[in-house]
Amino acid sequence: MFYREVGQFKTNYTADSQVFPILQDKVGIIAMLVIAYVIIPMAGNDFFITTVMIPFLVFTLATIGLNILVGYTGQLSLGTGAFMGVGAYSCYKLTTFFPDVNIIILVLLSGFFAAGVGIIFGLPSLRIKGFYLAVTTLAAQFFLEWAFIRIPWLYNYNDSGAIEVPQREGFGVILTGAAAQPVTRYLVVLSIVLVMTWIASNIIRGRIGRSWMMIRDMDIAAELMGVRPLYAKLSAFAVSSFYCGVAGAMFVFFWLGAAEVESFDINHSFLFLFMAIIGGLGSLIGCYMGAAFIWILPIIIRALPEALGLDVNAATVEHINFMMIGGMIIFFLIVEPHGLARLWQIAKEKLRTWPFPYS
Amino acid sequence: MKKLLMTGVAFATLAGATFTTAPVALAEDTMFVPSLSYRTGPFASGGTPLANGFADYFNMLNARDGGIGGVKIVVEECETGYNAQKGVECYESTKGKGALVYNPYSTGITLQLIPKAPVDKIPVLSMGYGLSAAAIGEKFPWTFTYPTSYWSQLSSILKYIDANGGLKGKKVGFIYLDVGYGKEPIPLLEQLAKDQGFEVAKFPVGVKEMQNQGSQWLNVRKERPDYMIMWGWGAMNATAVKEAAKIKYPLDQFIGNWWAGAHADLRSVGEAGKGYKAANFSGVGTDFPALQDVIKHVVDKGGSQVASKDLVGDVLYNRGLFNSVLIAEGIRAAQEKTGKKVITGADLRDGFELFDLSEARLKELGLEGFTAPIKGSCKDHEGAGSVFIQQWDGKDWVKISDPIAPDTAVVRPLLEAAAEKYLSDKPEWKTQTCS
Repeated sequence: MFYREVGQFKTNYTADSQVFPILQDKVGIIAMLVIAYVIIPMAGNDFFITTVMIPFLVFTLATIGLNILVGYTGQLSLGTGAFMGVGAYSCYKLTTFFPDVNIIILVLLSGFFAAGVGIIFGLPSLRIKGFYLAVTTLAAQFFLEWAFIRIPWLYNYNDSGAIEVPQREGFGVILTGAAAQPVTRYLVVLSIVLVMTWIASNIIRGRIGRSWMMIRDMDIAAELMGVRPLYAKLSAFAVSSFYCGVAGAMFVFFWLGAAEVESFDINHSFLFLFMAIIGGLGSLIGCYMGAAFIWILPIIIRALPEALGLDVNAATVEHINFMMIGGMIIFFLIVEPHGLARLWQIAKEKLRTWPFPYS
Repeated sequence: MKKLLMTGVAFATLAGATFTTAPVALAEDTMFVPSLSYRTGPFASGGTPLANGFADYFNMLNARDGGIGGVKIVVEECETGYNAQKGVECYESTKGKGALVYNPYSTGITLQLIPKAPVDKIPVLSMGYGLSAAAIGEKFPWTFTYPTSYWSQLSSILKYIDANGGLKGKKVGFIYLDVGYGKEPIPLLEQLAKDQGFEVAKFPVGVKEMQNQGSQWLNVRKERPDYMIMWGWGAMNATAVKEAAKIKYPLDQFIGNWWAGAHADLRSVGEAGKGYKAANFSGVGTDFPALQDVIKHVVDKGGSQVASKDLVGDVLYNRGLFNSVLIAEGIRAAQEKTGKKVITGADLRDGFELFDLSEARLKELGLEGFTAPIKGSCKDHEGAGSVFIQQWDGKDWVKISDPIAPDTAVVRPLLEAAAEKYLSDKPEWKTQTCS
């Protein structure tokens, strides 16, 4: 009943191949945009915006980057954290050299450095597949982590070995540093993530994205049909790393404020892989759902005892948190191995015929 | 369908819960001190006693004196797991509740809070860790490293070595955890090596290889340093002492810093670690009236989270307790200055520059001989406190030296240079002038 497309006629091809062909979807998206752009900045407190929304959006972008590689091209990667680090460190160096350039431009530029590094570490994918490829991306992870510690030029020879975000302005407002308003940072991150999601969805629907999926589904068949694996795989690595790099730069500049190498360690690579898998491989909305599941749910669980007026030790809550999240990951993967995105799709189909299902 | 609805309802309830955690107005007569603790994660063995000592002292003041100046202190823990991201999350979630001061207990978290402190007007007290340059009060009005900084401590340790065998022409090995914390003192070490004519050999230990230091100690055997200094934390410490004992390195020439000399580290080594030395600035044991009060008013009444009464008086327990003593003194000074009973973070910042923890005051507090006297000041945010050296006798730590003052004449200019460097790319940074 809620999702019926009856009466919505398409009279030309453009209308038929829209990203959101159904009116209900359009209304839903507009409602979400209103919530994201108007209601949250107005109603959300600092904690909600800085601790829940900004990291959620940043992680979503990193997950989209990883999903392009793993979900759409079928190349397993464990180097997401390191590619994010490349973005963060290059953005830091760029803003050191060009302090007056708008930081948003530098954040986007730093994605290209990550893309370059991604291509180099993507080269082995032309010869090796599956778990073996995962091992070479693991090498990228370890090498880059080593580089972030051992090349002091990258962190401007700071005694602390950390990159510290300087205050930067753009469009006449303070965008980064401790003095930047959370709402400003949130709106910047939101806009970048939404635009990049839109670009990703278009790349995926187009020729390049289709060649990725062909490689994923059967690389020999794809090659026979004229897809060049070199270009397909390396472009996937480049685009994926670009997204991760931008996410990494935003991670440090708009959220953390200072970062050591531990912010880009292997655990983060796993975290994003979990987000992609739980959200749904090969789905953009799944990236949002996966990031929300892994990042927002623990915060809710942590806040729950206090909201209910229970007096529980912080450490106990943390232990319960680990157990609950672990249990829920297993639960969701058993109920729906294709991730939350698939669950949402099933829900839409059910809503279409509700309350009179005919099958 | 029913299942879907149920899930929907469950999610909605959960989502609702996040919005209800908006800052709660505190009642008039309490002050809020957040405790960023880590009772979970790889460094829990150190984080747990720290958090216990920190909370127990305030709870003792609440029970014995009814708080400070008649105002009770509410300590709330937030679990960071020694993880910088969770630390920031904790900061954001507690700062709205009227937090007076933050004690991050992690250099990584401290670095992220330093720029936030002046904006939110909440001081950061990184007691003997964090950014050494923060000791320059004119440059860092909102950050304090009482009782002393890493660099000052290193100069004290070198002074101790110099007094017990001499430094000139010797070789000093420096084994450190290869993160920001461990690398912090290296610039000073290299500078002092030049000035005082000794050689330095560095042995970095990665976080992943904390418990596997075979290769580092093989290098130690090759390099044959006359002394070893360690900047370690967590599982690294016990492993290092065990490895040193294994290669028969003379343990009485092996000195750890104040995070590398806790009971939790050496208990697992036991007899084998006999002779190992470490720096410390908070007294060992429970032979202090204040600690007896903690036992009487808090521990015996079941108000503490310590697993057993024997753990009260451990090095790190006393360290956490000392942290609370400093805050309590700061609060008292702020109350005196402002005449208010309930103070704010900005008042406490002023209090941290005013308090005077003299010998007489320590005696009043029931902490005679617990630590060297410290005086707050506007210029000097590290207090130039002294450290003493303690030695492991196989079962317990024994204090073996008098307080050793840092070599301020050498360290201070270096700290000032480091502070300048930190601020060099931050034109918007607000400094203060001290009269």
